[in-house]
Amino acid sequence: MVIANQEHFFFKHYGLTNQDLATYLTAALSAGGDYADLYFEYLTSTSLMMDESLVKSASQGISAGCGVRVVSGERTGYAYTDDLSPQRILHAARTAALIASAPSKTTVAGFQQKPARSLYPLALPSVDADITAKVELLMRADRAARGYDPRIKEVRASYADELRTILVVGSDGTFAEDSQPLARMNVSCIAKTDASSGRGTSGGGGRVALDFFFGDKTPEFFAKEAARQAILQLDAREAPAGDMEVVLGPGWPGVLLHEAVGHGLEADFNRKKTSAFAGLIGKRVGSEKCTVVDNGTMPWRRGSLNVDDEGQPTQETVLIENGILKGYLSDKLSSKLMGLADTGNGRRESYEHIPMPRMTNTYMLAGQDDPGDIIRSVKNGVYAVNFGGGQVDITNGKFVFSASEAYLIENGQITAPIKGATLIGNGPDVLTRVSMVGNDLKLDEGVGTCGKDGQAVPVGVGIPTIKIDRLTVGGTAKRETGGFMQ
Amino acid sequence: MTTTLETHTPKLETELQEIATDVVRRAMKGGATAAECVVREGDEFSTVVRLGQVETLKESGSRAIGVRVFFGQRAASTYSSDFSAAGIERMLKSALELAKICSEDPYAGIPEAGQLGSLQGDLDLYHEDVYSLPGAERIEYARRAEKAALDADPRIKNSEGGSFDAATGRNALANSHGFVGEYRRSYCSVAVVPIAQDANGGMQRDYWYSVARSLAKLDSAEQVGKEAARRTLRRLGARKVKTAHVPVVLDPMVANSMLGHIFEGVNGDSVYRGASFLAGKLGQKIAGTNVTVIDDGTMPGGFGTTPFDGEGIPTRRTLVIENGILKSYLLNTYTAKKLGLETTANASRGLAGTPGIGPGNYFLEPGTKTPNQIIAEIKDGLYVTEFLGHGANLVTGDYSRGASGMWIVNGELAYPVEEITVAGNLKDMFCNISEIASDLEFRGSIASPTIRIDGLTVGGE
Repeated sequence: MVIANQEHFFFKHYGLTNQDLATYLTAALSAGGDYADLYFEYLTSTSLMMDESLVKSASQGISAGCGVRVVSGERTGYAYTDDLSPQRILHAARTAALIASAPSKTTVAGFQQKPARSLYPLALPSVDADITAKVELLMRADRAARGYDPRIKEVRASYADELRTILVVGSDGTFAEDSQPLARMNVSCIAKTDASSGRGTSGGGGRVALDFFFGDKTPEFFAKEAARQAILQLDAREAPAGDMEVVLGPGWPGVLLHEAVGHGLEADFNRKKTSAFAGLIGKRVGSEKCTVVDNGTMPWRRGSLNVDDEGQPTQETVLIENGILKGYLSDKLSSKLMGLADTGNGRRESYEHIPMPRMTNTYMLAGQDDPGDIIRSVKNGVYAVNFGGGQVDITNGKFVFSASEAYLIENGQITAPIKGATLIGNGPDVLTRVSMVGNDLKLDEGVGTCGKDGQAVPVGVGIPTIKIDRLTVGGTAKRETGGFMQ
Repeated sequence: MTTTLETHTPKLETELQEIATDVVRRAMKGGATAAECVVREGDEFSTVVRLGQVETLKESGSRAIGVRVFFGQRAASTYSSDFSAAGIERMLKSALELAKICSEDPYAGIPEAGQLGSLQGDLDLYHEDVYSLPGAERIEYARRAEKAALDADPRIKNSEGGSFDAATGRNALANSHGFVGEYRRSYCSVAVVPIAQDANGGMQRDYWYSVARSLAKLDSAEQVGKEAARRTLRRLGARKVKTAHVPVVLDPMVANSMLGHIFEGVNGDSVYRGASFLAGKLGQKIAGTNVTVIDDGTMPGGFGTTPFDGEGIPTRRTLVIENGILKSYLLNTYTAKKLGLETTANASRGLAGTPGIGPGNYFLEPGTKTPNQIIAEIKDGLYVTEFLGHGANLVTGDYSRGASGMWIVNGELAYPVEEITVAGNLKDMFCNISEIASDLEFRGSIASPTIRIDGLTVGGE
């Protein structure tokens, strides 16, 4: 369905009125409760996959629904419906209302729409663009990857986009609409010789239109990058094992920040004191050179939002300033219970999910050091430039992230590529060991998805080149010096 | 809570399979040469009780429909949650249009009529009792489980909560070769995530849960809470160790993931693309002679049991690895054709896209020793209770993950360890499974007993 004007989408297409919204919210608060909100969502999506130079899979879909939330103290009741008829929404509202057991006291305030940013204004969202143009992107990626090197034996390219139109209304008068485009393409390559094999992946996108892939981030750009990584893996040596100096390259290695500090600073974990960062506000958690922010207001970025999924405008939030822990990422519930400002980080996967504090684009600000000097300062270490995913145990603070492209640094020189290895560290102190921060901040290409409590949301990360004086590298190679316990 | 929570989403009046059959008929009328339709309907209940207070309560139902159409050797799929005549018409129309931009793929297609069918008899997948408890008692189940953990030891001072979940779902599939099938499944679970704190303020969390298709088979709230407490408490005071090459014992919860890597390695989709280190290894020795791995989609009551797979083929039992020899890949119709083999009825289907490959009840055959006997034989080693991260490369077999657990000293679990890595190559690791314990228990569709693997690098200080 092509929808030219997204404004008042649910009013136009489902006949909703302000009066209906007030009725539903009143029903949600009929058993008491401090707050209620409705989240309407209409999502159209396309996905295409090319394998063996054939478009093997193409799919499109539409989903629509409404989630009703009722908050009473620390309790949340939630119900949703995929049928936007008044009876079904009222039924969901009454089901969610059962969480509250006090006599009704909250009334529904008049709706007020706050002015919001327009971070991703698109004349034509890619989901409505000509599909043959998207197929062409895949064909170009396939050709470029196969042409890169005869040892590239398998190429898979995929393209996915969506347009999510939302309306959030709350009993506090919140009224917010947004139309959120998202597009990305991915290329994965397998390289093979008789003796060895390797894989490489690359991709990018954002809240962008199709023309994004005709600028400098072309299908050829991603294809060559995936192919380069796969070929590089063919000659990779065993990675070392144990504690050593680690230099992270700029961009996607910012996943370190996402795992090591980002999750641990989500307000819900700190309200419940289940995070290793609980109670550390104002304390040193990083070296002087470390300033980390979460910023939902960057135009066109995958992790950006005009308003969060509770209708609150997003913002730039300083998490760590010159090594001192400054703040948490909060949503409505946590900000109310903790007496903090709402940082506009309340997000959810879909209308079927309860919102919670989540990251947007999380990155470290650029420092003063020259990236070349950083490498030269390392006698014996690892230079990691590309990563797969990561994971964190927020309670004990231990986090991992898996390097997919890394090199040995020997006497200040980058030498041999090494096999993929997991890096493991402790969130609350890893940044205290950051001794150099490069002047080359870069954000990732726009493919990150974060999972928490079973909910996936798009996010961004970024980091300049940094040096960590000591981090555990999970390789297999025996070290020439230093003993193993056998 | 004094209110009751018995409100449920009313069921569709039309049987799902009638809708599916009708959509297939309409797709064929619209010019498709073959079509397949899936219809799903489900409801869910979940509650989290934290520190004795209800934190969240969620209850809802939803349904969705997906169709895959073929024009000769071109295929495309669409899905929708809109069941109105206009909504279904729109879904079909876009599928038929979308198919035109796809490539001719000589291997594309739905199964032959002769392959289709459904297991007969009661597979014990659905029990109405998962919703038999009144709402307040479901909350009480979660509350008791959390309380059992909190009461177990004064060092357990906090919690991410106790939870109780229940869900039922119906799945229907129809295709233009005459297949129509439908089944219902139910599920309930109780879980607790306690947090323990030691005198220095260091915190650890762990968890335990029970899951069943029938409420009658769910472990008691107290059992789950106590086990969660035991697993959490033993992590307190965890330290880092020096890098070492030692025997590594994986408890069933983490051995499970190792079996998952074998599954990904024999997944036909990775095999035909050469994206698996097990591609081309059929009939060869890929693991120790003590290793036998089975996939069985037919076990009554199993979490991986269904009467037919995602393409309408009756599920079956497949010997994947027998005494270390790779006997079969796991395949759907497409990957079987690509490899010149027969499907193993492992097609898994989402609402959209081409069918993937999923496990039935997939497990490593147990041995005879108890986990304690296996640990008792190790002088110096690592007992892993949790892996962190996803550091397995199925193309090369390279393996490196974060880990925590207990250090084994002279046959005993001596002290907790964390912030370490475990690394090796999957090709060697499967050959180096030196012990398999007797403690096989299904907590999902993939299950493994405790195993011991030799030759790994434990990375630390």
